[in-house]
Amino acid sequence: MKTITIEMSQWAAGIAKLKDAYRVWSPVRENDYHVFKELNKDALPDLDFSNTRLSAKQAIYPQTQKMFEYTLDESRPDHHIMHEAPDTTGPQAVIGIRPCDAAAFLLVQKNFNTPQYKDPYWVKAYEKTTLVGLACNNPCSTCFCTSAGGGPFDEKGLDVLLVADKDQYLAKVLTDKGAKLLDAAGFKDEADAAGAQVTIDALREKADAAINSEIATDQLGAQETLTLYDAPFWEEVAFACINCGTCTYLCPTCWCFDIQDEVRGHNGVRMRNWDSCMFPLFTLHGSGHNPRDTKIHRVRQRFMHKLKYFVDKYDDGIQCTGCGRCVRACPVNIDIRNVCNQMNRFGTCPA
Amino acid sequence: MENPYLPYPVRIDEVITETEDKNLKTFKFVFLNESDETKFAYRAGQFAELSVTGKGEIPIGIASSPTEKGFVKFTVNKVGLVSSELHNMQAGDIMGIRGPLGNSYPWDVLEGKNVVIIGGGFAFTTLRSSIIHMLHPDNRAKFGDIHVFYGARTPGMLLYRDELAAWEQRDDINVHITVDSTDDPNWKYNVGLIPPLAEEKAPPGDADTYAIVCGPPIMIKFTQPVLDNLGYDHDHIIMSLENRMKCGIGMCGRCNIGKDFVCKDGPVFTLAEINTRPKEY
Repeated sequence: MKTITIEMSQWAAGIAKLKDAYRVWSPVRENDYHVFKELNKDALPDLDFSNTRLSAKQAIYPQTQKMFEYTLDESRPDHHIMHEAPDTTGPQAVIGIRPCDAAAFLLVQKNFNTPQYKDPYWVKAYEKTTLVGLACNNPCSTCFCTSAGGGPFDEKGLDVLLVADKDQYLAKVLTDKGAKLLDAAGFKDEADAAGAQVTIDALREKADAAINSEIATDQLGAQETLTLYDAPFWEEVAFACINCGTCTYLCPTCWCFDIQDEVRGHNGVRMRNWDSCMFPLFTLHGSGHNPRDTKIHRVRQRFMHKLKYFVDKYDDGIQCTGCGRCVRACPVNIDIRNVCNQMNRFGTCPA
Repeated sequence: MENPYLPYPVRIDEVITETEDKNLKTFKFVFLNESDETKFAYRAGQFAELSVTGKGEIPIGIASSPTEKGFVKFTVNKVGLVSSELHNMQAGDIMGIRGPLGNSYPWDVLEGKNVVIIGGGFAFTTLRSSIIHMLHPDNRAKFGDIHVFYGARTPGMLLYRDELAAWEQRDDINVHITVDSTDDPNWKYNVGLIPPLAEEKAPPGDADTYAIVCGPPIMIKFTQPVLDNLGYDHDHIIMSLENRMKCGIGMCGRCNIGKDFVCKDGPVFTLAEINTRPKEY
């Protein structure tokens, strides 16, 4: 596939044109942080960021989402019968998503798009989304994507990879979807592919070298589930945890949700909301019994799910892309890199 | 794309109060659209999400048998928001059911085998489904001896009392009913707990005999050593687990024991399988 050159002078006009055909999501600055927002008419992406505070998952998987509508008005013939909430949204583009967040959708897809069941809300939203990635020229100290199956220039799950090079973007077209988007934006200046690749490779090597933390995952699959589950280190890992749920909230690969009915007058909706394994209510039985009633249970569930159960279930790596958000945001400094390494080496001779 | 969260609309056809404490009611549902009944083809041991419009959904084992046509039945304990609302509903009311969900009892494995059913309290619903299924004239020859052990606190707390009495009269099924205690002078069945009764009357374990055990944790805890003594291998002891659920299709993330979801990979597991997973149920 080809590579397109986008001069900074073309950028604003291209994004404006893109909004005619797509809803455009992109990082914008809010106070001290960058967050993904759906851009209004005049807004431009702010791509001067290391990574957004929250992941881009909300573009495909909103924090709260209407599933069904119904009426409780018994004079209506369809009272108490659920109807799918109409979906009127068209194609959307996420501009400036980091490779770690794009790769996360591929992991989450394993949960929502299965041979037996398809979650129509997630699957349809993912299908109509074009992901325009932004390669990380300057990764953070908390990034560990290169040992989590990706990298700062990883193309997995992306439709276009933008590489910032001096005062231009090199836009590497990765899929037909991506080509269509660049076309819609009017970005057409084809670069010399070989020359562009040399530039991209040089920047990539520099970025790869800047990742200075890593995790070891090679033994996770071989570990015995119950041995790992009963490992003594969980008490230490969970000791400081306050079960605030921040880690799951901002994680690009956390997908757990709750379903709730809400009624106003006679009109009701059934909706789903992000939920978190950090909360006791997540697993509380009606009887009062709770199978994960201590924070050790809950902290262990989060790490075992990402780093053991997922590994065993899909045999395709860990459920983490190394974005490092949970490391940065945890109020008590629980670090998934340390936990992963402890899990990986558990039971082996320290020498 | 089919929406696996969309319930089939149903009408409550009948509500039966099962127990003397009035906390257990059986709801008989009829599908509003006849074609939905065909789509809801199920096996004994599966469950469904009962959707009370405006309140939410609860996962409940299917108490009717696939051999019973024209309706589906669920017996519901009154516990929380949705089940309490359901207990206030009446024949004629409209709601939804979503399913069938989960894996069911392993009927392919059980074919040609002796089946020992051990149930306690209100965990007898999918066991009723299984018994009706096995006793059906089309199916009875597919199984060896059938034993049923069923206990409740008092005679008035037993579910499906008329059916129990009828099964007790048959010679193609061995039914052992017991209650923890009773002051009823006319009580003609056993008095005492399930484990000693099973120890005395259950057939010994062998390659051709499977036990299906459903009941409160305390019953399961004291029944397992009995089955061990009787020689049941752990892959011949079948259990149905419960956990808090929302989606019922393995997506919402809360009901897992290790890598398996109780809703999608279960709720039925062998004891051998359960032993290799975290006890988070």
